[in-house]
Amino acid sequence: MRSLNWLLFPTLLLILISLYCIFIYAPTESSMGEVQRIFYFHVPSAWTGFLGIFLVFFCSILFLIKNDRAWDIRAAAAAEVGAIFTTMVLISGPLWAKPIWGIYWTWDAKLTSLFVLWLIYLGYLLLRRLLESPIQRARLSAVFGIIGAIDVPIVYMSNRWWRTQHPQPVMGGGESSGLEPSMLFTFLLSLTAFTFLFFLLWRMRCRIEESADRLEALHRELNTRLQEGK
Amino acid sequence: MKFLNQAGAILWKDLLNEYRTRDALTSMLLFGLLVILTFHFAFEPDSLETQKFAPGLLWTTFIFAGLLGLNRAFASERENEALQGLLLAPVNWGAIFLGKMLANLLFMLLAETAILGCFAIFFNLSLGAKIGWLLLIVPLGTLGFASVGTILAAISMNTRMSDVMLPLLLLPVALPAAIGSVEATAAAFSDPPGAALAFWLKFLVVFDVIFITVPLLLFDFVLEE
Repeated sequence: MRSLNWLLFPTLLLILISLYCIFIYAPTESSMGEVQRIFYFHVPSAWTGFLGIFLVFFCSILFLIKNDRAWDIRAAAAAEVGAIFTTMVLISGPLWAKPIWGIYWTWDAKLTSLFVLWLIYLGYLLLRRLLESPIQRARLSAVFGIIGAIDVPIVYMSNRWWRTQHPQPVMGGGESSGLEPSMLFTFLLSLTAFTFLFFLLWRMRCRIEESADRLEALHRELNTRLQEGK
Repeated sequence: MKFLNQAGAILWKDLLNEYRTRDALTSMLLFGLLVILTFHFAFEPDSLETQKFAPGLLWTTFIFAGLLGLNRAFASERENEALQGLLLAPVNWGAIFLGKMLANLLFMLLAETAILGCFAIFFNLSLGAKIGWLLLIVPLGTLGFASVGTILAAISMNTRMSDVMLPLLLLPVALPAAIGSVEATAAAFSDPPGAALAFWLKFLVVFDVIFITVPLLLFDFVLEE
């Protein structure tokens, strides 16, 4: 197995620079104050959350076509890492919303579809746990992964259209409305760092699963040899 | 044509089975009555509140009653290894999906009609002119739900806790159908019917087309042993 250092070191470097930019370089936002810095974590986490379900979709299709365990591992690992990032969005969102909007939660299209995405991730991971045969687990979870991923944009659009008919109190401008250049730079840097982190964690998770497979194969081989020796 | 005949045979088998046992319909209908009873004591709605809550409550009842029916759909095939026989039959597996899906759709529609009737009687909801719209909205809203529900029921029947697994998989995926159905019903209930009605009907059609096509394409993988 090739080492993951080629990905690990750029990721670490990017994270360190982003942290510096987020807390020291980027100016404090005038109306929201320090709490606005959550933005640099919150939005990139949401992006990686959606990236995860896209990878689940892509790897699941490839698994069904090629019937290769490697794609099953990749789909499952993408779901796990995606679920973690989505959980981070759901935690960082309310922390930011409370001081700014005065409420932890609002049924806005982005929030709702993220919440549904999170539920789809958990359904997918629970399904994998409850399916006992490895072949069945791979195939059935791939089917659900594809259906769930197709559903995410539909959920988002249906919520947007729903919103246009249910007026909500105005909650200030969107987060990307006219970012100051140094803030935009910090944001893009953080976005890159999160993307690298996502791929690093994804590759690591795949490695663990591949090792578990190999360990199991060795176990089986050992057992047959022991029995033959008797 | 052969494909449709095969699907029809599966549908006929399920209808006959249901006619003899009446398992799914009885449980769905009783469930609907229990929701009406609980709703009355939980909210004690006056006629204005009933008008306001009716679309949401109706669809909540439809969805949960539908889950009961969907759980039965494949549970019955597991008894006596009936599924093995079905798989060995010389039919296209897509036809199995279509037949099962149509059976589920039909059971749900029957239960929904009965629930709607009870709802109108217990809460003095005058349906009158809205019936025409409901005849369009209810089948469109149920179709997509039944279709994606059928494939997810086939998936969850393989898990240890299939009764719990199905709602966990289906409810998030079916959320757009629920939103579209509730909104369309609410628009139909307002006098005169709101402009949103046509929009949400179109939305339901799109949802149905997507979630009939995708399960049809994927169903073979679910049945493969």
